[in-house]
Amino acid sequence: MSQQLGALGPDQTAVAPTRRKWRVTRALLRNPMAVGSVVTLAVMTLLCLLAPLITGHDSMYSSVDHVNAPIGTEGWLLGGDAQGRDMWSRLLASISVSLTAALIGTGVAVIIGVVFGLVAGYVGRTIDSIASWVFDLVLALPSLLMLIVLLPVTRGSYQLTMMLLGIMLSPGVYRLVRNMVIGIRRELYIDAAKVAGLSTWRILTRHVFFVVRGPIVIQAAFIATICINVQAGLAFLGVGANTPSFGSMISLAFTNLYGEPIQLVWPTLGLVALTGALILFANAYRDALAGTTTAARRRSRRALADVVKRADEAAPTTEKPTEKALLTVRDLRIAYPRSDGSLNEVVHEVSLTVDSGEIVGLVGESGSGKTQTAFAMLGLLPHEAVVSAKELSLGGRPLLGLTPTELRELRGPDLAYIPQEPMSNLDPSFTVGSQLVEPLRRTMPRAQAKQRVLELLARVGIPDPPRTFHSYPHQISGGMAQRVLIAGAVATQPKVLIADEPTTALDVTVQAEILDLLRELQHELRMGVLLVTHNFGVVADLCDRVVVMRDGRDVETGEVRQIFHHPAHEYTRSLIDSILDEETVRTDAPASRAKEGVR
Amino acid sequence: MNHLLHIDGLRLRYPGVGFRRRMPEVLKGVSLHIEAGETLGLVGESGSGKTTVGRAVLGLARATGGTITFDGQDITHLPAGRRRGDAREIQVVFQDPYTSLTPALQVRGILTEPLIAQGIARADAERRVSSLLDRVGLPKDSADRFAREFSGGQRQRIAIARALALEPRLIVCDEPVSALDLTTQSRVLDLLIELQRNTGVAYLFITHDLAVVRHISHRVAVMYQGEIVETGPAATVTTHPQNDYTKRLLLAAPTADPEAQAERRAARQALLRRTRTPATT
Amino acid sequence: MIPFLLRRLVSGIVVITVVTSIVFFLTYGTSVQIARNILGPSASDEQVAILNEDLGLDRPLVEQYLDWITSAARGDLGASYFTSEPITEALANRLPVTFSMVIVAVLITLIASLALGITAAARGGVVDRVLQSIGTVSYVFPVVIIAIGMVYLFAIVLRWVPAIGFVPITQSPGHWLASIILPSITLAIGGIAGLAAQIRGSLVDELGRDYIRTLRSRGVSERAILCKHALRNAAGPALTVFSLQFIGIFGASLFIERIFALPGYGAYAMNATVQGDFPVLLGVTLVSVVLVVAVNLVVDVAQGWLNPKVRV
Repeated sequence: MSQQLGALGPDQTAVAPTRRKWRVTRALLRNPMAVGSVVTLAVMTLLCLLAPLITGHDSMYSSVDHVNAPIGTEGWLLGGDAQGRDMWSRLLASISVSLTAALIGTGVAVIIGVVFGLVAGYVGRTIDSIASWVFDLVLALPSLLMLIVLLPVTRGSYQLTMMLLGIMLSPGVYRLVRNMVIGIRRELYIDAAKVAGLSTWRILTRHVFFVVRGPIVIQAAFIATICINVQAGLAFLGVGANTPSFGSMISLAFTNLYGEPIQLVWPTLGLVALTGALILFANAYRDALAGTTTAARRRSRRALADVVKRADEAAPTTEKPTEKALLTVRDLRIAYPRSDGSLNEVVHEVSLTVDSGEIVGLVGESGSGKTQTAFAMLGLLPHEAVVSAKELSLGGRPLLGLTPTELRELRGPDLAYIPQEPMSNLDPSFTVGSQLVEPLRRTMPRAQAKQRVLELLARVGIPDPPRTFHSYPHQISGGMAQRVLIAGAVATQPKVLIADEPTTALDVTVQAEILDLLRELQHELRMGVLLVTHNFGVVADLCDRVVVMRDGRDVETGEVRQIFHHPAHEYTRSLIDSILDEETVRTDAPASRAKEGVR
Repeated sequence: MNHLLHIDGLRLRYPGVGFRRRMPEVLKGVSLHIEAGETLGLVGESGSGKTTVGRAVLGLARATGGTITFDGQDITHLPAGRRRGDAREIQVVFQDPYTSLTPALQVRGILTEPLIAQGIARADAERRVSSLLDRVGLPKDSADRFAREFSGGQRQRIAIARALALEPRLIVCDEPVSALDLTTQSRVLDLLIELQRNTGVAYLFITHDLAVVRHISHRVAVMYQGEIVETGPAATVTTHPQNDYTKRLLLAAPTADPEAQAERRAARQALLRRTRTPATT
Repeated sequence: MIPFLLRRLVSGIVVITVVTSIVFFLTYGTSVQIARNILGPSASDEQVAILNEDLGLDRPLVEQYLDWITSAARGDLGASYFTSEPITEALANRLPVTFSMVIVAVLITLIASLALGITAAARGGVVDRVLQSIGTVSYVFPVVIIAIGMVYLFAIVLRWVPAIGFVPITQSPGHWLASIILPSITLAIGGIAGLAAQIRGSLVDELGRDYIRTLRSRGVSERAILCKHALRNAAGPALTVFSLQFIGIFGASLFIERIFALPGYGAYAMNATVQGDFPVLLGVTLVSVVLVVAVNLVVDVAQGWLNPKVRV
């Protein structure tokens, strides 16, 4: 599975030898958005600390002479508000209240969420059930209303209110940490650490926390903005103690909206700058963790557009079909755009043919480009793939440059596909039957389509077709699912069947049955089959001809006997040689105990 | 009872979620033993319970019945974390080299961590790193890189080096070469055999691949639905099996030779016809 | 399905009991001078003692709580300490205002999120960027600021709708809509951002899955793949986010009611919190927790219907 995905990703071999330790920090430093937001936060913090030195009046001092004083009045930098208080001084006091609120709320939420999330996720069982139930309960609370209802208890203190809010926001952190820890707990490296004798504490702090810390930072930034907004919101509503706050400033300015709309600008600016800096920092941090920056993404998008345009101009060089073969591929190239705009070619000039009634094996190790080649024929490569070929045709009809509708009409009656992983290739939300009926509905009425599917299910060896028809994918076994997928592929009696490692995910006994089924169906329907595989046993069992691929090139093509007994290319020979011999059984005696003594 | 590892009547049932349903029994009385310096191949299909046997030996799954004895000491109910004594001499190499190495540490950290956890001084542990890398055929400068910078085969070498760090007497190898390409596969198997010859370590080698098992095992045990159905010397079990399931398993694995495979296919279909007829009537 | 529903129902009742009891014991347990607050500083100690007895405040807390919850179960939430107005009646007068606004906001949220989310997932490009901008804006600009901006723009500058006030739907549906459309849109903005982003994200995830490729290989149309298969599978996570958005919208309606001067439950609750009118606070708590539990129940049922593994 992972191999398969890996083979699909362009340029997966080029792993940059960067050191992870400072990667995120360096990525942040290179991102102007991150630097800007951090500087903004730092400046605002500094302003709060210096407030007594740079303001002329206390934030609560009110002077009748300065009611609605204009901006720039001597000693009243931003003027006075409707109650004659210094707007500048109130603004700085509000920033300080907001930052405190954010620190308290976020701190409480993160500490509670991380501690319980780590414990519940790692220990699991009863602790997990109880903790999850409690946090779900807290999550379902209408938190704003609860804070208001509990104001008589907190006596209006915004610090206490923020602690409560922190508790109410902790489920978000808890869920994040718990789910990640559960994912990590199943990772083999945690098992390996246990076997190596590491203590639970060490595993949690060193291996688990390493993975969860990044997402926690992002979540914390979002929680901080919620805390700031809730604190301001409560002050806006006028509940709670009379502390200077963006909220109370906005509230006062709102009542003054007709007269002095400018008074609304300062608290709004302060609030937006604060929350905006936090959000932008979170976004930049997320990009840094993912290893992309917005700028880079934009750059690659633009490069991609160029490349695709260039490819579009170059692509339709499909010449007249030269051979009589059913499926003909000549000099197929597949490339993916790199982030700098250049093309990374993963399949180079591959040629092959498949005739009706013959099974052609496409063999190679992981990363050889065999799956890419197969998908190119089906038109199922990712959008960004750039495909070109001297010829890619089915029954004389070129496959490149078809419109999506034309291509769709070919799939089914002409081309069909059997995937590798049976379970993930069935839609989990629909019954097996409805998924198989759907494509047939293009050509026949529902009742007839259902009849046909039931016949097919019986044909592929499913014991109780009506029951399987009405089953959901999770209710059937992997072997059955693969039979269902084969039924889906041959339902429309395709001319060419492309099977991508159709038995790799199955047990050997099931594999043998599926191979038998494929052979029978191929014979019955006179299909041409392209079988992508890495298993030489499967090749020997089924194939008439073989194409060997390596590093995106076809190195050798030949009859199956010739490939096994007289491989021409050196690489084919080395592959055949590394097949574990059936005759040799290990014969040397177990290593003696004498050597143990030496140890 | 002087076997290195002795498993007697091992039963295991994973705990169900909540108190709703009892989970089916995964192991229904498994008995086997391994001598020092020997490889026991444990073959079976998915769901046969072969991986669970390995996890029980490692203390990662809790047995619900039977005993596991290592070097004369009962380790059945000792969890992995508390095996600081003799039981640390059981180590592991997992199937998937991509998820079995922590992303948090460089190779140096991966190799020294088990040593430090056993109370060895950091400086001494660090000194062992280059010899460990040397033994698994990796260049010395690998120590300062992260696991994700290596290919699948190289990662599996790192995992083997980690297992060797504590100088174990038994390594549980859970499908260690299944995720690797053909050419890499045989090189890693050769490395495992060579290490066994040099250190006298024993392997419990779990796999579904009969070709691999033939290559590395002295003895083979075949598992089917939580039970051992056949056990014996590798040559006997893989060429003249007694059990019907083992026969089917052997005939189902396609051989990499068109003519031989055609014969095997015919033999398999004949066997199926023979065994199916009495079963249904 | 039935046992699943029963389990959720029992768990909902437990949630309601736990939350109301927490609020009850926190408010009554920490405040010693309820009667003094009501009567004011000039009242004599004797008067305070009499009122305490009248209100039953001299009895043990647990007894008081049991009293309250048994009458609440019968639909009687008691009366305000200060106005003696029956709370059930007062809420019945005010909740329709809040509900009108919240329901319209939820409808707008659902429709807009689906449209935006699906388009962004299928097309990417401009719609995708618009969606991301809405997300950032709704996070950065709190609902209060957005609401004031809306009032300023539509009611003061453009004069399209009345700035404040509420008209019951029974009186005039047209005016009712005019009176709540602006508040509802304002409420919906935050919800749309979160929900549409979730729908887009889940859809993009689903579209990358193997079964989509297989459906394509069988010639299933892109429209069916997107709107039938991918959407069905993406709906689960989106529903979870929706239930959270609902709670958010309900909470934010407090601000909206204040700014648009709508006579909903918000002013009632805030007045009670300032005065320390505990029975009213408990009544408001009960109603909102019941609402939240009910919405979660509906979402759970929908989840079960969507996911065949839960359905059984």
